[in-house]
Amino acid sequence: MTTDTLLSVKNLAITFSTSKGPVHAVRGVSFDLGRERLGIVGESGSGKSQTGRAILGLTAANGKITADQMQFHDLDLRNLSKRDWRKVRGARISMIMQDPKYSLNPVMTIGDQIIEAYREHHKVNAIEAKRRALDMLAAVKIRDPERVFNSYPHEVSGGMGQRVMIAMMLIPDPEILIADEPTSALDVTVQLQVMAILDDLVRERGMALVFISHDLHLVSSFCDRVLVMYQGHVVEEIRASELDQAKHPYTQGLLNCLPKMDGNHAELPVLTREASWAET
Amino acid sequence: MTAMIEITKLNAWFDDNHVLKDIDISIPANGSFGLVGESGSGKSTVLRTITGLVDDWEGNIVVNNKELTKKRDKTFYRLAQMVFQDPFGSLHPRHTIDRILTEPVNIHKLGNSDARVVEALKQVGLDNSFRFRYPHQLSGGQRQRVAIARALILEPKILLLDEPTSALDVSIQAEVLNLLTRLRNDLGLTYIMVSHDLAVVAHMCDDIAIMNHGRIVERATAGQLADGKLENPYSQQLFKAAGGYDRAVIDSFVDWD
Repeated sequence: MTTDTLLSVKNLAITFSTSKGPVHAVRGVSFDLGRERLGIVGESGSGKSQTGRAILGLTAANGKITADQMQFHDLDLRNLSKRDWRKVRGARISMIMQDPKYSLNPVMTIGDQIIEAYREHHKVNAIEAKRRALDMLAAVKIRDPERVFNSYPHEVSGGMGQRVMIAMMLIPDPEILIADEPTSALDVTVQLQVMAILDDLVRERGMALVFISHDLHLVSSFCDRVLVMYQGHVVEEIRASELDQAKHPYTQGLLNCLPKMDGNHAELPVLTREASWAET
Repeated sequence: MTAMIEITKLNAWFDDNHVLKDIDISIPANGSFGLVGESGSGKSTVLRTITGLVDDWEGNIVVNNKELTKKRDKTFYRLAQMVFQDPFGSLHPRHTIDRILTEPVNIHKLGNSDARVVEALKQVGLDNSFRFRYPHQLSGGQRQRVAIARALILEPKILLLDEPTSALDVSIQAEVLNLLTRLRNDLGLTYIMVSHDLAVVAHMCDDIAIMNHGRIVERATAGQLADGKLENPYSQQLFKAAGGYDRAVIDSFVDWD
């Protein structure tokens, strides 16, 4: 572990016990996270979200985590008590979920929700908290922070809602931000604008960003490094700039099966899966 | 060749909101027309108006040389069928695939439902083992195949496709898009396909219209789209956005509210 490494994960495995027997959602995932933008890409069921949730101690109760190492600075995340997790979660490692419609409280104004997030981790008075919340709304490029502050979640658009989520997650100033498909519910242009805001804030604050997505092209144009996951395994780790040199057939297959704007109506190449990909 | 679908001066309203403004679309038989736009642009509303899910509309919709009135009759639904975006929401969770596929056959009193169900499943590449399963026992891609089979079982000439692959993984999307291309060729179907994804529409359709705020702002052929030959600034922005994360491009974005 170098000094630049914030988080080091070695041989992470997550197993869910279900009525139909154990489900191995994540198997043998290892990575080091520095102050960078790390992408995790995979299809549904590949374990990308579960990997993100495990870093935050959000694995469901029927899930069992094993790892050789899960080191966040001097903290061993493998055996934190619930009480210790609360000091880490939100304050030092934070997460943006996919859909603002479901992750914001519908009966609380946006301002109150942001203030709640801030005062959970900082002992400040109400006036100071409100000032900070308004600053944060301005930082995520909301043009009329005062109006949004007093609005309820259903009164703002999807893009606006996701900016609010980002504001809420960033106001405690975390060191690691995990973004789980933060923009896939949004229109393309809004999606890119939200990503630009995320990018700026991550750079300015020197945060580490874990960007989880199913969109390999988008992730590679945005992140420094990409982990490609398939059935719980990392099948390939690749520098985003070298995506066109991807070696694993799964990564290549994912890239090839995308429709391209070349005016060609021929059949798309289809991904043929091989059982050996799920083993390492 | 006469047009299979001819829409002129279509306007629609949701209460006081004017959601479709002077839409003109003409699609030849066996043609494939794409509507692209962002949420709220009215692209799905065009399909919903054609299929009779929007009440308050004006203009002319001529399908297979017959002008549509406010009320659709059964012959219309044998001619045109819709496939919805979300295969998780569009199939009845407590009906088996067999019952889902048999229902339209019974409604239209076509008879011989047993053979029709087998045939429809075969057309979408599902084997008979799926027939007596429930939707929750199927993956997203398999469910969307069932939704397509349900549309095909009435032997329609037209499929109205509302974001048929946007809830699916890209590898599954490729399979479903290939299936749709093959069905159009084999059965001589006419498509209107709605999507937010320019690349999907460019791949599937010959003619494309880009919509914004209830209006068609630009029309292009698949070839023009491939070359990026778009003139309207809104459609240019949409085209650039499809290229991935590029900071300079994003900073040049304008809000089109």
